[in-house]
Amino acid sequence: MGLKSNLHNLKEKYKGTKMAPAFNAIHTFLYLPNETTHNGTHIKVADDLKRTMNTVIMALVPCLIFGIFNAGYQHYAAIDAVNGITTEVSLWANFITWDNFVMGAWTVLPLVIVSYGVGLAVEFVFAVIKGHEVEEGYLVTGMLVPLIVPIDTPLWMLSVAVIFGVVIGKEVFGGTGMNILNPALTIRAFLFFAYPTWMSGDKVWVHGAKAMEGQPDAISGETILGSLAQNNVVSYDWMDMFFGFIPGSVGETSTVLILLGGLFLIFSKIGSWRIMLSSVVGAIVMGLVFNGVVNAGWITESSKFYGLMSTDFWMHLLIGGFAFGTVYMATDPVTASQTNKGKWIYGFLIGFLSIMIRVFNPAYPEGVMLAILLMNVFAPTIDHYVVQGNVKRRMKRLKLKTA
Amino acid sequence: MGLLSKKDGKLITDPLADNNPITIQVLGICSALAITAELKASLVMGIAVLFVLGVGNVVISLLRNIIPSKIRIIVQLIVVATLVIIVDQVLKAYAYELSKTLSVFIGLIITNCIIMGRFEAFALGNGPWRSFLDGIGNALGYAVILVIVGFFRELLGSGTLFGIPVLGDAIEKTGVYSIGYENNGFMLMPPMALIIVGLLIWVQRSRNKALIED
Repeated sequence: MGLKSNLHNLKEKYKGTKMAPAFNAIHTFLYLPNETTHNGTHIKVADDLKRTMNTVIMALVPCLIFGIFNAGYQHYAAIDAVNGITTEVSLWANFITWDNFVMGAWTVLPLVIVSYGVGLAVEFVFAVIKGHEVEEGYLVTGMLVPLIVPIDTPLWMLSVAVIFGVVIGKEVFGGTGMNILNPALTIRAFLFFAYPTWMSGDKVWVHGAKAMEGQPDAISGETILGSLAQNNVVSYDWMDMFFGFIPGSVGETSTVLILLGGLFLIFSKIGSWRIMLSSVVGAIVMGLVFNGVVNAGWITESSKFYGLMSTDFWMHLLIGGFAFGTVYMATDPVTASQTNKGKWIYGFLIGFLSIMIRVFNPAYPEGVMLAILLMNVFAPTIDHYVVQGNVKRRMKRLKLKTA
Repeated sequence: MGLLSKKDGKLITDPLADNNPITIQVLGICSALAITAELKASLVMGIAVLFVLGVGNVVISLLRNIIPSKIRIIVQLIVVATLVIIVDQVLKAYAYELSKTLSVFIGLIITNCIIMGRFEAFALGNGPWRSFLDGIGNALGYAVILVIVGFFRELLGSGTLFGIPVLGDAIEKTGVYSIGYENNGFMLMPPMALIIVGLLIWVQRSRNKALIED
C-alpha cells in the first residue's frame, strides 16, 4: 500500500474531527486529490486551482535559481570592489560558480523555508479553527515572497510580515480567492513600512553589507533605481540589467528570465497577456512623457527628479521590480480585474503609476509594489463600470430591436 | 453594584463591552487613529473626553426641557465647545508638551461623534444622574479602546510605555534589541491603528456572536 492510500485512509478515519484538514492538506499537496476545487477561486478561473498554482511556481523557479547565483555573485563582487578590483561579469567564468551557489543558497533558502513554513502554519491554524480545507493559495505567495525581499532580511522580520500578510491580507477576507490585496505584496509593503532601514538604502541589497556597516572594508551595493534617484551615475550597462547581474531583491533582477516566465504563463494561459502588455504600454507612455519633459528642457540637471526622468523609457522596463511585478503579481487572477476591457485599464494604470511613483517619490524607489496594491483596490470598481457599460449597451440594442 | 441599581449599572458597563462606542458603533475613529501612537496621549485624550462627555451630558440633561428643539444642535455645540476650551486651556497651562502632541485633536473633540451622539440619543431624554452615568460609561468605553491601541502602538512602535523604555535601548542595542529586535515603524502610522481597531473588533465579535451583523 502506497503513501497515497495510507493518507487517504487516515483522511477517512479522521473525517469530521478537528485535525482532518491537516491530513487533507498533506494528501492533496503530495498527490492529485479525488476532488476538485469547488468554490472560492474556482468560480473565477476555470482551471483546477492547484494546477494553476504549480504552473506559476514552475515559472518562478528560474528566477529563484538565478537569484541564488546572483546573491553570491553580488556578495563577492562587492568585496572585490572594496579591494579595488573591478569585476567584469561573465556567465561561466564568475557567475555560475560553486562558491556563488553555496553563498546564495545559504542566504536565499532560509528565506524560502521561513516563508513557506510560517505561511503554511498560519493556513493550517485557520483551517483547523474554521474547519475548512487548507487552501492552496499560499503556494505561490510563499514562493513570491522570498523573491521580492532584500537578501539580508532578518528571518524573524519575514515571519512577522508573513503572519501579517496572510492574516490581514487574506484570511480576514475569507481566505484564498476572496482577498482584495495581493498577499505577497501586502507582506512586502508591511516590511517596507515597518522596517524601512532593512528595505531600502545601499546596505541591504548585498549579503553581508548590513553586518559590516561602519567597518573600513564595508561593502555596499546600491540598486540602479537608488542611484538614479540620487542623480548618481549608474555603472551597469543595459545588458547587465537585461540579464540581471545587478543588485536588487532576490529574484527580480533578471528581466530575461522574467520574460521567459511571462511567455510560459501566457502560453499555458495562466497569466493574462492583456495585463502584461497593457502594463508595459502604460510604463512606456509614462516614460516617454518624462523623456519628453526632459528633452523640452523643462527639467534641468539641478532637479532632484532629473536622474529618473531622463532615464530612457525602455530602460525603465529593465530596472527595478517592474518586470517581476507585472508578470507575476499584477496578473494574480484573484486581485486583478476580471473583465477583458477592465484588464486593459487595470494593466495600463499599473504601468503608468509605477513609473510615476518611481520618479516623483524617491522615498519609494520602487513604485510597482504600490501601484499594484493601489490598482488591486480599484480592480472591482473597474470591473463594475465595464460590466455596467456592457449592460447599458445591450439594453440600448434591445430597445432598438423591440422599437 | 451596591451603589447603583442594576439598570444604572448597565449604563456604565454596556459601553465598555457590548455597546462600545468605537468597536461597535464605530464612532470617534478619527481621533482613535490620530493620537494613539503614544500611550500617554491616548490616556489624556480619554480623560479629556471623559470630562467633556460627563459634564456635557449633565448640562444638556438639566437644560433638556428648556432647549427649543429647533436650535438644540447649536446649544449642544456651545456646551461642547465651552467644555473643550476648558480642557484645552488646562492642558496648555499644566501639560504644555502634551498639548503640543495632541495639537488640534483636543479642539476636534467638539466634532467627536460620540459626544453629540450621546447628547442627542441620551441626555435629551433622561435625568441628570442617569445622563452622567451614561456619559462616564461611553467615555470610558472610548478611553479603554484608546489605551489598548496606544499600548500596542507605543510598545511595538517605539519600544516604550509612557515614554519609559521597557524593551531596552534601541540605539545602544540593549535589552531585546541586542538580539536583533527592531521597532516596527508601521505601528507609528495611522493605518496600523485602524488595523489594530479592526483586530479588536474581530476579537470582540468572535467572543460574542450576538454582535455579528449580516
